[in-house]
Amino acid sequence: MNDAFDMRGESHIEVHKFRAGAIIISTLLALVIQASFPIHFTKAAILDLPLLVTIYFGLSRRNPSTGLLLGMVIGLLQDSLSGPTVPLGLHGIAKTIIGYLASSIGARLDTEHPAARFALTAAFFVAHQGLMVLTRRILLAQPEPWFTMHLFVAALVNALVAVFLFLLLDRLRKN
Amino acid sequence: MVAIPSRHKSLVLLAGIIVLQVLLLAVQIKRQSQGRLIRVWTVGAASPFERAGSYGFGWIRDTWRHYFALQNTTKESEQIRRENDALKLQITQLQGKAAEADRLAVLLNFRRSHGEVPMIGARVIGTGAGTASLTIQLDRGERDGIRKNMGVITPDGVVGKVVEAYPNASQVLLLTDKESGVGAMLADSRIQSPVGGQGEPLLVMKYVPNDDEVNLGERVITSGMDRIFPRDLPVGTVAEIKSGNPFKLIHIKPAANLERLEEVLVLLSLRPLEMKNEENTGDAQPPAPGAANPRPVAKR
Repeated sequence: MNDAFDMRGESHIEVHKFRAGAIIISTLLALVIQASFPIHFTKAAILDLPLLVTIYFGLSRRNPSTGLLLGMVIGLLQDSLSGPTVPLGLHGIAKTIIGYLASSIGARLDTEHPAARFALTAAFFVAHQGLMVLTRRILLAQPEPWFTMHLFVAALVNALVAVFLFLLLDRLRKN
Repeated sequence: MVAIPSRHKSLVLLAGIIVLQVLLLAVQIKRQSQGRLIRVWTVGAASPFERAGSYGFGWIRDTWRHYFALQNTTKESEQIRRENDALKLQITQLQGKAAEADRLAVLLNFRRSHGEVPMIGARVIGTGAGTASLTIQLDRGERDGIRKNMGVITPDGVVGKVVEAYPNASQVLLLTDKESGVGAMLADSRIQSPVGGQGEPLLVMKYVPNDDEVNLGERVITSGMDRIFPRDLPVGTVAEIKSGNPFKLIHIKPAANLERLEEVLVLLSLRPLEMKNEENTGDAQPPAPGAANPRPVAKR
């Protein structure tokens, strides 16, 4: 499974590689499912699949440049599909930073254990929403609450889904 | 030239990309431009997949509701059960089609009863890809006569307005979005006040003075003052009233089920519309410049 190694600092760091097209197809699928699923299953709107994909590939690839670029692309695509009331860059900025943080943290911590994945995803989800609120408040002058109960529940739900989704995405790794 | 240490390269890249996106945001705000070209490409590329996804998930949902949910109730023999299951699957498909036909029949009846208002049926094929806005995506666009700022309704009530029209798809801002609003009035007292979204299931009516009497359950209808929706379309019912200063804070339950939209009607007009059952007062304002009605085509 672990076919590539990278020397950073003191330790050997596993860098996972994926089958050809896996990242692109996963990203597009996440965006399409995010846009289609809640029509029929309203509660599914609580999920942020593009964010989960950003986190997963960030944690797995462990290259900050790749992580932030992937986050930027996913975020901008999400902005494009969210209608003109969402300016291009809102999700883009948040996901760029999350992609960078995920790949930086992935290079320092064990992120293969389900408990670690659960905790990291919940933390990244809250950070992502915090960045969105910050962008809205500072750059767009739109008052948004920092914390709601919905955010807390959404973070837990997304973290739980991430544990299973990440296991599924692990299968796309090159053996 | 100062060389950047390799370990800082990604940090510099991060800073550069963030700055670029902040500039992109600033440009959009300054010029009121919404990056239309990028959106047209993205939506154009994604809408066929969304369409397929919408049908696929609809099939899964119907199968789950009508097949798996019923599967455990039968105690017949294995052979009969298999046959039964096969028939249930067929019934599921037929039920889905029948339900769709019923919904379309309601839309058709509504359209016939408001023949003077040009409108077109459209199917909901997607929602906003994030939680930042409450939008839906329709399978009809500019080629079907849909334009920005057209009203979207169901026979139950107002849904929202078109905020972007692409060649084969369009995006609708739901009434519940924070940036959404509709000219409305209370049906009994005829008190007028805009009704807006707040990003939650209930709408809010803000400008009704404390002295005016409002009753729970009172119907709220369109006033026609927004020049998008004709008068007397249902908006919702009063669900909660709180005193405020100087206005009451009235929460409205939307008449249309905005969380479960599958087919909608788009009002193909940018001129102020009049419904059949209202008087022609003759004081309607002239249409806005450039607000010509596109020719309705390919009505569903």
